[in-house]
Amino acid sequence: MQQDSLFEYVMRLSDDSLILGQRLGEWCGHGPILEEDIAITNIALDLIGQSISLYDFAAELEAKGRNHDQLAYLRYENEYKNVLLVEQPNGDFAMTMLRQFFFDAFRLPLYEALMQSRVAQLAAIAAKSVKETRYHLKHSSEWVIRLGDGTEESHMRAQAAIDHLWRYTNELFYENAHDQRLQESGAVPLMSDIKEKWQKTVHEVLQEATLQLPSNNWKFDGGREGRHSEHMGYILSDLQYMQRAYPNMEW
Amino acid sequence: MVEAAQIRLLLEQVNDPEIPVLSVLDLGVVQKIYLEANQWIIELTPTYSGCPAMQQIEADILSKLSENGIENARVKHVLSPAWTTDWISKEGRQKLLLYGIAPPVDEVDKSTLFASGPTVNCPKCSSTNTRMVSLFGSTACKAHYQCTECLEPFDYFKCLK
Repeated sequence: MQQDSLFEYVMRLSDDSLILGQRLGEWCGHGPILEEDIAITNIALDLIGQSISLYDFAAELEAKGRNHDQLAYLRYENEYKNVLLVEQPNGDFAMTMLRQFFFDAFRLPLYEALMQSRVAQLAAIAAKSVKETRYHLKHSSEWVIRLGDGTEESHMRAQAAIDHLWRYTNELFYENAHDQRLQESGAVPLMSDIKEKWQKTVHEVLQEATLQLPSNNWKFDGGREGRHSEHMGYILSDLQYMQRAYPNMEW
Repeated sequence: MVEAAQIRLLLEQVNDPEIPVLSVLDLGVVQKIYLEANQWIIELTPTYSGCPAMQQIEADILSKLSENGIENARVKHVLSPAWTTDWISKEGRQKLLLYGIAPPVDEVDKSTLFASGPTVNCPKCSSTNTRMVSLFGSTACKAHYQCTECLEPFDYFKCLK
């Protein structure tokens, strides 16, 4: 039972990384400047690399003979458990950076806490990924500040991105009854601790960026339970095309 | 009978496909070499999670061993302890410099926003008068710098701890 809960938990982490990596990959060749094109795709590569380690571990936990490619490419939409935030369209550069910032500010404290996990392989993946995530958060935080505290136009766009994305942020801290058992056994941290750290980072950076949090508390969720927004199907048709067209192909 | 030391010597001839002046030993990605149930296990650790060179490195190691008559070998990927730039050998750092890539410099807290980055010497003219252009460079492990003295743009192998 614990094994099933852990599998679910690892798949969530992995799906978040994969889908966000896929979204960021759409910027390839379209970045506003060359350096940023390279930075965004570097971050995408880190995320997809992390998802490979996580899917490998999930496959081991599941023990049904599926490999990371099958987990990544051969599931139906309702089997993906990523948060709605990561599947939202790239929009303009401000939208992409704000989405990245909200995610990085969550992932960093989560990985830091998972380094202490009683599950050795999860702790090892976290210890590897935390170093990459520090660079990601620094990068997205700096862009949020530059855009927010930049020109009138960049401020307006960054604020519009926050106003739009805010509704998806609460789902980052999703937990269910299975998670509580994992928490009690020291496998995973309490989401309330992660949320506190996330809020601190978000408030500090947005303040520096002269940006405001929306006053409404409108919340959207469902991704963690496999209910996705209308964008998910389009992502999967791109992502899965090769495996569906040429089953079991390898690079 | 083959010994671990012989395998190590062969691995000195296997280079990183993206930075071909560095052997996999210089790079510090080979963690352990040991015999298990009559099979040589080469433990390999990735530099970055998504580094696309790892698969090539694995294939290159196995073909190098095979060319030298060692068929009973396999590569095992390990994540822990996580790779750090501290594991790049002294010789490796020198080779990077000669190749035009500035080797990693110990860095202060990288979470500090807008920190200007460490002082990196230009690999061309050794000037300390350099600036970071972008934290993300041509591969996951590098940042993009420019020398403000001789104007050379160059890669910096960024510190990972």
